[in-house]
Amino acid sequence: MEHGSFTDETKSTFSMADEDHTLANALRYTLNQDPRVTFCGYSIPHPSDNRVNIRVQTTGDPAREVLKDACQNLMVVCQHVRNTFDKAVLDFNLTKAKEEPEGDISIE
Amino acid sequence: MSGKDKNLHIMMTESESEQEDVGKEGIEWIMNLPDVPMKLPPHVELQRTRVECKGDAPIHTDTIQYSGAFASMGFDNSLRLDNFRNNFKIEVINLKGDDIEFDMIGIDPALANAFRRILIAEVPTMAIEKVLFANNTSIVQDEVLAHRLGLIPIRVDPRLFKYSDKDAPNENNTIVFRLHARCERGKPRLTVKSEALTWLPNGSEFPLVSDKSIPNSKPQTYTSFSCSQDKLPEFSKNSIGPKDSDIILARLGPGQEIELEAHAVKGMGKTHAKWSPVATAWYRMLPEVLLLEEIEDELAEELKRKCPVNVFDIEDIAGKKRATVARPRACTLCRECIRGDAWEKRVALRRVKDHFIFKIESTGALPPNVLFTEAVKILEDKCERLIAELS
Repeated sequence: MEHGSFTDETKSTFSMADEDHTLANALRYTLNQDPRVTFCGYSIPHPSDNRVNIRVQTTGDPAREVLKDACQNLMVVCQHVRNTFDKAVLDFNLTKAKEEPEGDISIE
Repeated sequence: MSGKDKNLHIMMTESESEQEDVGKEGIEWIMNLPDVPMKLPPHVELQRTRVECKGDAPIHTDTIQYSGAFASMGFDNSLRLDNFRNNFKIEVINLKGDDIEFDMIGIDPALANAFRRILIAEVPTMAIEKVLFANNTSIVQDEVLAHRLGLIPIRVDPRLFKYSDKDAPNENNTIVFRLHARCERGKPRLTVKSEALTWLPNGSEFPLVSDKSIPNSKPQTYTSFSCSQDKLPEFSKNSIGPKDSDIILARLGPGQEIELEAHAVKGMGKTHAKWSPVATAWYRMLPEVLLLEEIEDELAEELKRKCPVNVFDIEDIAGKKRATVARPRACTLCRECIRGDAWEKRVALRRVKDHFIFKIESTGALPPNVLFTEAVKILEDKCERLIAELS
């Protein structure tokens, strides 16, 4: 999973099975936005291999911890997106219900 | 922030005021928009937040992700969660039946694209995977008919089912349909539609021929349901069936017959597109059309005529005709309006990099708003799994 050196834990490559651009690109974004990261990138070594490598180099913190924080941040962002979206749908349905009280509205 | 950073900030504000003296109308207008931070010099801010569509090619198309990209100007480009929370907005434009259109504002394309990719390839649905033919004398070959059956959207909540993997088909992972159609001799041709698929809540009715060693037991079938699916509370009220009843599967001539059983299982779009819950899920960045100078009279008429999607209007002020941007959202950025001599100096076409017009068309298994929340949940699960793996 993690390929780094035993002496320097600030530079590591993380190899993830069964993942693709979806997670890797989103993670690269959150990692790059972290001031502790000096370099971050990902590659898919072979297109028919379901595997992606993420390279993280930091200013001093362990790369593993920084990657974990990036995941945590991404999760918080996702939760916020979900809550905002649910609220927006609810608002839309409410205003629509006010405009046309007879209309059929599915609230799921 | 350290003292050094503060100095940088002061220097920044000075240079900023110089920049403002140079002043461009279009840029000023952009800077007055509510969702743009007022920190970077206007021309850099413009590069950061807008894609400019020039006559030959768009420029500044990339997003700047690196946290220290603007460090020399004292601008922090790192992700601040509270900042994100304050700026992020979603507005539902339309939600009707299987379609939703909404604006997602204040998010990076990396995340917007992740949601789109998950919607297409990783939100599970149920689709017909196995077809057992008892009889098929129609001109549609077995494999072609099986493929057609696979593509029929099934109206059922996939969250109530498990992946079948290597388990024997049971009531928790398989839905069984039966189709028996026959065109009698002397009758006109018969069109078999998806409505002919009838749900078998008790599972397969075809007996397994191989196993005859146990004489007194129940006859074995291709599925092993322990109870009837219509007794389960989720399905007792709304029965399972194809979403659309009028999908043509085959045409039968006199004397032809189809008898089959179709087994639907749970799967994901990355295995086969038949499991994709969306017809399309796509987004585009918000177009922004600016008039860099007053466009009047004949020129205004010409501009209005040029645009194939009718973005511009002409308003009459004191006998003068002046062009205005009335419907920028309709703009397809065909660049017809900036073609020809000097037009590029009059009209600016841009896209807002963090404003996405997102559209989801569901195939009908789940409503489109539920699909989106499911997609976001799947991204969260991925993160959670990775954290667990790293710890």
